[in-house]
Amino acid sequence: MSVIRKANTGPVVSSVFIYDDLDECLQVILTEIKANPEFEAQLAKMGGADVKMCFQCGTCTADCPSGRRTSYRVRKLMRMAQLGLKDEIVDCEELWECTTCYTCVERCPRQVPIVDIVIALRNIAVAEGHMLANHKPTATNLYTIGHAVTVTDKVKEQRKAIGLPEIPPTVLMNSNAMADLTKILKATGFDKIVE
Amino acid sequence: MAKYAFFLGCIAPLRYPGVEKSTRVVCEKLGIELVELDDASCCPAPGVIRAFSRTTWLAAAARNLALAEAKGLPIVTICNGCYGSLFDAAHELNNDAEELAKVNKVLAEINMEYKGTTQVYHFAEVLYKEVGVEKIKAAVTNPFEHNVAAFYGCHFLKPSKIKDLEDPEDAHMLEALIEATGAKCMPRKQPMLCCGAGGGVRAGFSDVAKEFTKTNLENIQASSANYIVDICPFCHMQFDSVQKDLGFSIPVLHLCQVYGIAMGMSEEELGFSAHVVPVKL
Repeated sequence: MSVIRKANTGPVVSSVFIYDDLDECLQVILTEIKANPEFEAQLAKMGGADVKMCFQCGTCTADCPSGRRTSYRVRKLMRMAQLGLKDEIVDCEELWECTTCYTCVERCPRQVPIVDIVIALRNIAVAEGHMLANHKPTATNLYTIGHAVTVTDKVKEQRKAIGLPEIPPTVLMNSNAMADLTKILKATGFDKIVE
Repeated sequence: MAKYAFFLGCIAPLRYPGVEKSTRVVCEKLGIELVELDDASCCPAPGVIRAFSRTTWLAAAARNLALAEAKGLPIVTICNGCYGSLFDAAHELNNDAEELAKVNKVLAEINMEYKGTTQVYHFAEVLYKEVGVEKIKAAVTNPFEHNVAAFYGCHFLKPSKIKDLEDPEDAHMLEALIEATGAKCMPRKQPMLCCGAGGGVRAGFSDVAKEFTKTNLENIQASSANYIVDICPFCHMQFDSVQKDLGFSIPVLHLCQVYGIAMGMSEEELGFSAHVVPVKL
């Protein structure tokens, strides 16, 4: 919630409401933005417990190559996670603009495992149905053929031409192995993500 | 003789088969025995599948690790993504009995168990530490005397806290491996900048991914490098597939292909027909 105090006295504007004075505005922030213990527990369970270690220095955002090209701000996302702003997090596109390059993790003075936290937040978002349409084909490929990309006729020819078997000796070559993988994917609920 | 289970992954065998082929030939020449890791699947991809469901990612990765464990072999990968995924999963499972027990409950559905013993290595690490630069130099019959850009990618060295290979802010391993062929690695701005493809960004926001690649290409061109040499088929695909749109044409080679050239493989065998940016040696 961004708060702008227009002058030393007079109305104070938040992203939603206008308040008579700053004290009233701060009171609303303190009472309306409640700690979200369910979210905190959920995030911790998924490997994001150390988000509380972040002291908002901003080294992550300053170093982030994605932030230089998009509106993704690592520090802001960490703060949103600390405040338990789940609805805002799961719905924001920027959550998916991290390339997981680990520059922020390497340079964080508090050794916050930022990428693990981003992954945990994405898991929470996906579990609530927030998945990019462009990501569905990759998930479907894993579920149907056990690989992230499809097998094309072109690559079969190219493989053959250089003395490799047309199909690599992976789950692609063994339907029993693929059936095993499918069982694992189903047992961990991946079928629900694909559908 | 060093012996490894060869983890193929997805992009090398299914988009750039020349990378797989050259790995097989080069390993034979360098005395590394590659054993097929039959029935393996996608690692699964750390930026997308792990972002969708950590539970699925860890269980499917554990299945791959268990396949190698059954052979009593460490895994070698030729992809930073597979390395990131399998190394992270092994790091977690081999050191956390509780997580291992949880994953084994899932694996029990297919009568499989992972005991937590598989070690995972990147091909570049094996070359540098086990084979050694001197032995590689001795195997070169056709020096690759070109100015090149060494492209580490992100998940080979990072996160350095668990990978512990080299300081990612001051790395030299890849340059030493490339220069063993007679090539010269040209210094450039932002050598560790991500290619842009990872974390599901290539699939999710291809224009954002391209912006990363564009900066890299500008820096590479300014350094007078004539080739990009990578150690990750996913970076490889990103560089190879977007250059045309961005108005660049710098050939992209995986380290295994550079070694293949330097050790006398034919152009046909190196699979350049799969490349978008033409490779003319």
